[in-house]
Amino acid sequence: MKIVVCIKQVPDTAEVKLDPKTNTLIREGVPSIINHDDKAGLEAALRLREQCGGTVCALCMGPPQAEGALREALAMGVDEAYLLSAREFGGSDTYATATIIAAALGKIGFDLIITGRQAIDGDTAQVGPQIAEQLHIPQVSYAEELQVEGDSLVVKRQFEDCSHRLKVSTPCLVTALSELNEPRYMSVGGIVDAFQKEVTVWGFEDLKEAFNPDWIGLQGSPTNVFQSFGKQLRAPGVVLNSLSADEAVEAIMQRLIQRHLI
Amino acid sequence: MDFKLDKTHQLQQELFRNFAEAEIKPLAKEMDEREAYDLELLAKLQRYGFLGIPYSRAYGGAGSDTLAYTLCMEEVSKVDASTGITISVHTSLCCSCINNFGTEEQKQKYLRPLVDGSKVGCFGLTETNAGSDVQGAQTTAVKDGDDWIINGSKIFTTNSGFADTCIVFALTDRKVPAAKGLTAFIVDLKGTPGVTVSDNIERMGIRAASNCIVSYDNVRVSADRVLGPVGRGFKIAMGALDCGRIGIAAQAVGIAQGALDEAIKYGKERKQFGKPINSFQNTQFKIAEMQTKIDAARLLTWRAAVAEDNHEPFGPMAAMAKLFASDVANEVTRFAVQAMGGYGYCREYPVERMMRDAKITEIYEGTSEVMKMVISGSMKLK
Repeated sequence: MKIVVCIKQVPDTAEVKLDPKTNTLIREGVPSIINHDDKAGLEAALRLREQCGGTVCALCMGPPQAEGALREALAMGVDEAYLLSAREFGGSDTYATATIIAAALGKIGFDLIITGRQAIDGDTAQVGPQIAEQLHIPQVSYAEELQVEGDSLVVKRQFEDCSHRLKVSTPCLVTALSELNEPRYMSVGGIVDAFQKEVTVWGFEDLKEAFNPDWIGLQGSPTNVFQSFGKQLRAPGVVLNSLSADEAVEAIMQRLIQRHLI
Repeated sequence: MDFKLDKTHQLQQELFRNFAEAEIKPLAKEMDEREAYDLELLAKLQRYGFLGIPYSRAYGGAGSDTLAYTLCMEEVSKVDASTGITISVHTSLCCSCINNFGTEEQKQKYLRPLVDGSKVGCFGLTETNAGSDVQGAQTTAVKDGDDWIINGSKIFTTNSGFADTCIVFALTDRKVPAAKGLTAFIVDLKGTPGVTVSDNIERMGIRAASNCIVSYDNVRVSADRVLGPVGRGFKIAMGALDCGRIGIAAQAVGIAQGALDEAIKYGKERKQFGKPINSFQNTQFKIAEMQTKIDAARLLTWRAAVAEDNHEPFGPMAAMAKLFASDVANEVTRFAVQAMGGYGYCREYPVERMMRDAKITEIYEGTSEVMKMVISGSMKLK
């Protein structure tokens, strides 16, 4: 089985701060990591390879430094790495991103594509499903369990109030939740190997036959972010303790009256 | 000259740091109190290649180098010095002997399982009457047909509580000084008749590490387990200790940096006289001084590691690194406890453990006094 895992390099949001004046992310000095859901996707792919054989490729779109995420994936044990990087790709929204990635996936070939559910920086959860739509293949999103059954996959899909167990034939796309597994670390020797392997870099010229150039980049994006802003901080709430039910009702009513809410 | 780590080493450092923070740090206090190493943690170290870092892929190792090994030693020792010595004795003392002196057959048979993560190694040199002075060694090996029969007892054998393989040094010729009469043997500790491993020796620091007395009572070993030429054991042991000192220096750097980081973190939050204690110039100057010494110790350690990787003579460099770094580790951990006051002295915080752990770095794998003998001995003073 040939599995391609799409990963994104994201700022470690645990350490990210907003510039209070511009409301943009302060990226300086913030470490970059592989998006958590995507890392679970890598782990799932590596386990499937251990079980059924085959190859695992990692694919990442981003600036040249996103190569770091691919080296880490190689150090975890993936076989091949592809970086999609070009000035023409810059400013792509989810649709344009999916267009570029789908083109690259068509060139690499696949039986199974795994993406993370969503990236912690954009939080759209759209790119995975959009890739599947563009490639005209079935998709199962929000995977929390993944098993192989012959030429099919059985995927447990998380829903709000229940889970669905779905059987899907390959080729297909699955979006992984972090809950899917506990990703392995890189290994010491894996890191040595990672820098001896090649990261294939594809730019605009390498992929332009496979997509309509009008549908990529900032110009080709149907959506764009025209403003981002922090949430207004609310005043801390008040906790009232040791009140009987009647006293609590009275206290709440008084506050609502004070504020002219009733 | 380039003091910057290359990309491979940077990523390895990130791995060691993340692993230490997530997997080792949460267990360090409990392992110290139980005086027992967590064997599930040991299995994880094996799985990710921490026990075969500088050894060739041809024998199942990670195919990396001594510099990467020092990065590992520093990062793990930042959070738990016991993990440091567990890795170090296995890697530097046990595996290096087989790697440097074993035949191809011995490397495939005995080194491979040690560096591929299947087995753990230890090193039996020190005896009750043979510490800094190996001349007092009394363990013997007598030829019996093609085999050898080992009798004697070794003290302070780190890892021996769970190790599979031990490099045992025994006198094969009692008529000459130990430097010429010692021979190295590769002995299986598990399942070999006559081998007895004592309970853990109670200690001041690195209490999670396994450290026992191993007794050999008519232990029969086959001729293919003689490591290097008969009578060359002293040279093998001294070579291993040269390698080991780089690891101990890195361990000391890690203990020091770990303690200083704790003190800095505490000093940002702890307020006295109306402001965080890190805002007092005395604290700032002490921290500056400590960090400078740690950096100097680290550079000495890296210099020795790079020399070993380049196959240059590194013995005196390793001794300098260990002498200096172990002193720094003791000074910095004492500072960290002092800077954190009563809380630093409490077991709730890790710095009291780090202070107890630091002491051994001035003692094992050659005391600071022995380091001065090695350094001055290389300086043609007479």
